[in-house]
Amino acid sequence: MTTAASISTGPDVRPRISVVDLDMAYGGAVIQHGLTFTVRSGEIFVVMGGSGSGKSTLLRHLIGLKAPARGDVLYDGQSLWTADPAQREELMRRVGVVYQSNALWSSLTLSENVALLLEEFTDLGAGEIRDAAALKLALVGLAGFEDYYPSEVSGGMAKRAALARALALDPEILFLDEPSTGLDPISARLLDDLILDLRDGLGTTVVVVTHDLASIQAIGDNSVFLDTETKTMMAHGNPKALLADPPNPRVRAFLNRESVYR
Amino acid sequence: MPLGHDAYVVRLAGSWRLRDRLPRAADVLNIPGFVPGRRRLAFDTAQLGAWDTGLLTFIRHVLEDSERAGIAVDHAGLPPDVERLLALASAVPMHEMSPEPARLPWLGRIGTTVIDTGMAVGGVLGFVGEACIAFASLLTGRVKIRWPQFGLLLYEVGVRALPIITLVGTLIGLILAFGAAVQLRQLGVQIFVADLVGISVSQEVGALITAIILAGRTGAAFAAQLGSMQVNEEIDALSTAGISPVQFLVLPRMLALILITPLLTIYTDLFGIIGGGLVAVTVLDLSLTTYVTRLIQVVTIHDFLMGLVRASVFGVIIALAGCLRGMQSGRSASAVGLATTSAVVTSIVLTIIADGLLSMIFSVFRFR
Repeated sequence: MTTAASISTGPDVRPRISVVDLDMAYGGAVIQHGLTFTVRSGEIFVVMGGSGSGKSTLLRHLIGLKAPARGDVLYDGQSLWTADPAQREELMRRVGVVYQSNALWSSLTLSENVALLLEEFTDLGAGEIRDAAALKLALVGLAGFEDYYPSEVSGGMAKRAALARALALDPEILFLDEPSTGLDPISARLLDDLILDLRDGLGTTVVVVTHDLASIQAIGDNSVFLDTETKTMMAHGNPKALLADPPNPRVRAFLNRESVYR
Repeated sequence: MPLGHDAYVVRLAGSWRLRDRLPRAADVLNIPGFVPGRRRLAFDTAQLGAWDTGLLTFIRHVLEDSERAGIAVDHAGLPPDVERLLALASAVPMHEMSPEPARLPWLGRIGTTVIDTGMAVGGVLGFVGEACIAFASLLTGRVKIRWPQFGLLLYEVGVRALPIITLVGTLIGLILAFGAAVQLRQLGVQIFVADLVGISVSQEVGALITAIILAGRTGAAFAAQLGSMQVNEEIDALSTAGISPVQFLVLPRMLALILITPLLTIYTDLFGIIGGGLVAVTVLDLSLTTYVTRLIQVVTIHDFLMGLVRASVFGVIIALAGCLRGMQSGRSASAVGLATTSAVVTSIVLTIIADGLLSMIFSVFRFR
């Protein structure tokens, strides 16, 4: 298991997630085919693409919610989709997910949202769980808001609380689905900084699904671009390098926000 | 262990992860031999193995305890990543809102309750007023009904309710007749089963049962539909476009329910009487002809009219309650659930109150 301590001694470049020849389909219609890429340990990996390109569907394949039409996802070389349900659950225990709508449990306070996972999956006592939940909320800047309900906080705070919950069990991999949706530019920037801080501090591998260009350039170490028209990945690499030298006009148009109608 | 004359060192070794069985942070300052006179604490992490936020939680707790006890802590021994994360956790929290919820004094709370109640009553009256204006506009031709959508509503509210009304209506007739069968037989007046079922179902029970079914089925559906339109901002979109949501959404629904409730009541009456007939023929050994002849003798058009008046009033109540709760719904999924529950409860309570009042009115005016 990779830990913060081992990360701090130098970058780890083992593949944490491998996507192998993956086809995604919705009701028989293929929306992406032949996706093959790897996410290295400790990097921030961005899945980008236009609306309807299948970014969020890819995320559902990666986090075990939806079986791909073909192909597989490997976690540290272990297959996710040929594993039996118990093994898959074990693999999924290593990941934390921040959903697009935050998906905080509305009947629980922010602290209880984090604590529930600790109660279920650790042997910690009540006091330690309270401390651990308070620490997670403090890490995302929500110290003092432990007893608030999700409906009582702003959108930016709910996003941070969702991040705290995703971090509850110290996941090796953190998935974020469109994290900047509904956030103002300053809050979005603060969230980017927070993701960087948490990756640097905890050594977590981060996979972000987004079409927020500023965020892609600010935090992405590596990326894949899903194209809506050709229904496959059109670019794979560091977003800054892709911006400087786009492999094709469609990637250039996306990264430069060009109008394709002119 | 002691370090120098006034310091202690906390030596952390091995694996410190959430899933490891970690020592309790609260015990650190309570260990025997920790002389209260010592005023410094340091960490030695040279032999620290893998760690995660389990270590951070522990150290954070020790730091807080030390601060409370007035003990200075030397951070030099901590790994740089731990330092960085501790700094992140103690950074200034978000300033978007105050972490202290505003608490009003008791007088303020009473005042707020009174104002809220007044606003709620005003809201109900305003809604009823708007609905009346919408009906008046319909009669004067200033509002048009979209007939294809209205037809669909009638189908949804009326035709789709027929199976359940058939079942429940028949069962109610059966239950009423069964309940009386033993006593009627003892007195040798089995024929009165026709009076009992015919009059009670046509005057009251048919309308009441129809209203309860419609409150649960249609009133709840209206509240849920309008509530989810609030969540999707569809109602805001109508308002900003200058289209009255009451005229566009509420009026057709109310009209459909007000038209359908009396019709469904006649249908319930019919099946209630059939249910009573089943008991009359199979349990009380009456012939079908005797049952029907007695019905024609005792049940008058007045009985059915009383039922229909009730049904019309109930229809208005259910439509108003369902649409009002839907329009008042909050903007979250749970608020839609609350609106739906509230619509059913309001409809049924008001229906039964109205039933009582109508019974008194009919009795005072010797309607029968």
